[in-house]
Parts: sequence; structure tokens; C-alpha cells
Amino acid sequence: MKVSEMKTVTLDKRMSARDIVSSMRDGMTVGIGGWGPRRKPMALVREILRSDLKDLTVVAYGGADVGMLCAAGKVKKLVFAFVSLDAIPLEPWFRKARETGQIEVLELDEGMFQWGLKAAAFGLPFLPTRVGLGTDLAELGGLKTVQSPYEDAETLVAMPALKLDVALIHANRSDWRGNVHLFGPDSYYDEWFAKAAAKTYVSCEELVDRMEDHYPDQAHYNVFERCFVSGVVHMPCGAHPSSMPPAYGWDMKAFKAYGDAAREPGDWSAVADRFVGATEEAYLESIGGKEAVAALPLPIF
Amino acid sequence: MTDVTLAELCIFACSEAFRNNGEIIATGVGPVPRLGASLAKLTHSPELMMTDGEAYLVEQPVPIGPRAYEDRKAAGHLPFSRFFDSAVWTGRRHAMVTPTQLDRFGQINLSYLGGTYDKPKTQMLGVRGFPGNTIYHPNSFFFPLHSARTFVSSEVDMVSGVGYNPAKRVPGGNYSGVDLRAIVTNLCVMDFGGKDNAIRVVSLHPGVTFDEVQEATGFPLEKGNIVETPLPGAEALAIIASLDPHNIRASVIKDNPPARRA
Repeated sequence: MKVSEMKTVTLDKRMSARDIVSSMRDGMTVGIGGWGPRRKPMALVREILRSDLKDLTVVAYGGADVGMLCAAGKVKKLVFAFVSLDAIPLEPWFRKARETGQIEVLELDEGMFQWGLKAAAFGLPFLPTRVGLGTDLAELGGLKTVQSPYEDAETLVAMPALKLDVALIHANRSDWRGNVHLFGPDSYYDEWFAKAAAKTYVSCEELVDRMEDHYPDQAHYNVFERCFVSGVVHMPCGAHPSSMPPAYGWDMKAFKAYGDAAREPGDWSAVADRFVGATEEAYLESIGGKEAVAALPLPIF
Repeated sequence: MTDVTLAELCIFACSEAFRNNGEIIATGVGPVPRLGASLAKLTHSPELMMTDGEAYLVEQPVPIGPRAYEDRKAAGHLPFSRFFDSAVWTGRRHAMVTPTQLDRFGQINLSYLGGTYDKPKTQMLGVRGFPGNTIYHPNSFFFPLHSARTFVSSEVDMVSGVGYNPAKRVPGGNYSGVDLRAIVTNLCVMDFGGKDNAIRVVSLHPGVTFDEVQEATGFPLEKGNIVETPLPGAEALAIIASLDPHNIRASVIKDNPPARRA
């Protein structure tokens, strides 16, 4: 009998979305993968919105994930470089939270942001960069400078590590052990969110038991290794209303309705049920089911 | 032939900013800068590199507006996940963007207007990549409405991009990558070639006077060797039309005026 045919012990990191959120604590620092309206772990964000979790520090290249968490009063502090829905450039709920002074912020350049994740990933207190010099960022964000100990003696901004308690990521595919496949055209900085976090939870469009039995020729889609994954959950359409290339595009109609609601009625508690749903099944049903999501065209740039 | 529009003249002027840039990523954000970069690549500067706006490098610039997803033909790959390593932090990029404010030092703002860091009066996008772009690679600007609301009289509300303000330069920092190039507006073309990188007018669009430009600017402008901004020829106009089949350029400048004032 070959080893592959024997019944051997295997890892199983499957969890429910509720288990994942229950494992999180008030006041945690939570990184959210994706980029603006692209491949956001929205189903996990919705699960947070259904919970009592609060006082979070959210670290994200922000889209509706940030807008919704701000609107629902879950955010104590936001670490960001932008919050945008692309075709709706200014995220309306984020804007509202900012203009009422509701949240603390650390505003960063997009490149500094990923540099901070890398510092955390490597266990460093900071990484040096030129970025931020000559702007208001360092002063407003309380970022310090360091001097090169070499002959050049250059002054650089010390970008502090963005250490995450938890990272949330939505992937195209995973197996039970956390072997993740990302096969859109861009993995953004998900790899570094995963490595910067004490625990990373991955929701996925497709979940298989053993990756090598199903997709042995697609291992190059494994953008980060399973030692950086603590839990996986099968959540088809879990990026909606953000995009999930190549499976489906973003739902601009849904974004527009969500954005309009920031003006009228302007009160999240009155509309939360519409954009979050009592359960993920109820949410999916309310947007027309998996077929409707699968039919969303990929965005054109 | 129909009259050349002011938008087309601006596209042509933007394309000149990308001449002799070498083998770098030309990023035009918004219809006019993007068409300008694409026109440059298809006419005088084939060495320019550009993306489809998503993650792929294309050798045939992608037309703007609705199209089939698969219309773009990828020749290379430059996703966000590699963008800082490959394009921005190596200085191999020239971006042309439209910030909300720009001051006499070339400092730009995209973050917020009024109020404070903790409670802005008007929240905008956030600084995005401006701090890194401006310290590492060349940048140019396009403004469809030249006004003192954009070209502010004091400094910008939140300095999101590095300019030539000596007061903002932390001693010992390396600012050798700061390279602000062209400012194209609906009235003129300016650069940073004045005294201590002061902003100066280098060409006026047909029928526009220097005084009119100065009137619409919140700070004093210098005068370069001012010429009339050249109009695109038939070949350039045909390329512009092919890159913008839905005529999105007609919606960029209010009332889509002709390049030559009536």
C-alpha cells in the first residue's frame, strides 16, 4: 500500500465565520486584505458587523469594509492610505465618520503602508524609507526619523511595524489545511497582511479537502504558505459587493445604494439589515443569490 | 475637419510631458492625462511602458471607456503587489495626476480640506501614493479648471506630496528624486523652471493672456519664454479619437470649448 492511499492524520483548519469572529476580542488590531473595492473579505466583515465586537484598530487599503465598520461604530482607530470605491471615489460612510471626528487615524502613503506590514512580518520595530519626508504625514502621524549609520548619514522616516492581531483575507480557493490559491491578476498585499498577523483567517470561494488531490498543477497560485493561515471558511460570493476576479466583478449598483444611504437616511442602524443581513444566507438571498453574483461583469479600467 | 477642442489640445500638451522620459511607467490618471500618455507612446515615445489600469503591462494603450474585458492584450505584468518595488521606489515612473490643491511650492493635497487631522471639514481620498510618488519619481499635473481654489494662495491644507518648500525639508533627507515637471490646465502650460523652482507659464492656449492666468491663480506666476500652445495635427487627432471611442474627453472641460476661442 502506498503512503498516499493510507489513512494518515491531517490538519484541518476549517472554522465557521462565527467561530472566527468569536475568537476576536474588543480592542484588537485587525488587518483586512484586498484593495479598495477589490477582493475584500466582506462576508467576514459582515460577520463582525453582526457581532458585539468593538473598539477595533482597522488596518486596510480601504473600501466598503472600512466604510461599514466605521458606520457601525466598530472602529476606534483607522490606519489607511485611502478609502475609496473607485467609481465612487469618496467612500461616503468613511467620510461621515471622519467629518464628525468619530475615529482616530494614522494616515499613511500606500507604499509606507505595505512597508509597515513587512516590518511586522519580519519582526522588526520599523523599516526605513524616504517616503513621508517633505509632507505632513510624519508630523501628523507622529512618525520618527532615523539616521543612516553609514557614511551617507541620510535621514529617513522610520516606518513602524504594523503588527496585526488578526488578518482577514478572501481567497479564490483553499484546502482544509490552509493551502490558499489566489488567482486574480493581482494579489495586492494579502501576503503581507497574513505575515504581519498573529492569526490570519481566510474565507474562500472554493474549499477542497486536499489541494494536491484536486489542483496539483496550480501550486504557483499559492501566494503565501499555510503556516500563515490559522483558519479557513468556505464562503462563496464572500467578496460581494467587492470584486473577485476572475469569478465576478464588483457590484456598482450595490455600492451606489450603500453610498446613497449615507445621505438618506444617513443612519446606519436603519439600513444595516439591508447591507449586512441577519445571516450570510439571508444576505446572499437578498442580492439575488450566487447566480446574480456570478453574473457581475469584471470591471473595466 | 471639425474644430480641435480644448480637451484635445490639453491631451496633446500632456503627451509632450512624456517625451524623452526613457523606459519608465507612464501613468496618466483621468481621461486627459491617460490619453496624453497613450498618445506619447503611439507617436514620439514608444519606449514608454504603461498598464491597462489594472495589473497588466500593455504595448498597445488601452482605449478608455466601456470595452470588452479581454480587449487589452497583456505583454507584461505589473500588479499593485509589485508596484512600489518595480515602478515607484526605483524612480521608473512618471505620473500625471489631478490633486485637489497645489501651492506655489508645488506641494499638493488629496487628503482633506479644512478642519484638523482628527476632524477634517471635508474628507477626500487620503494621501494615496502621493508622498512616495513625489519623493521618488517625476510628476506632472492636469487641471480642467484653472482657478485660485486649486492654485491656492497660501500652502495646501494637508501636504500630501513633496514640493520645493525649503521649510518642509527635514535636514539630511535625500530629495534628489523630487522632480515636478508640467502643469497643464484649461488655460496654459506651466513648469517649475522659475527662480528656486517657482512656477512659471511657458505656453498660453490660443486666445488666453498671461493676466487671465495670473487672475485665476492664488500666487504670483513667473513668465517663461511664453509661446502659444501648439494644436494637435490630423495624425494626433485620429489617434486620440481611436483611444477615446466614446468621446469621454468631451466631458472633461466645461462646455467642451474649441481650442481656439471663438
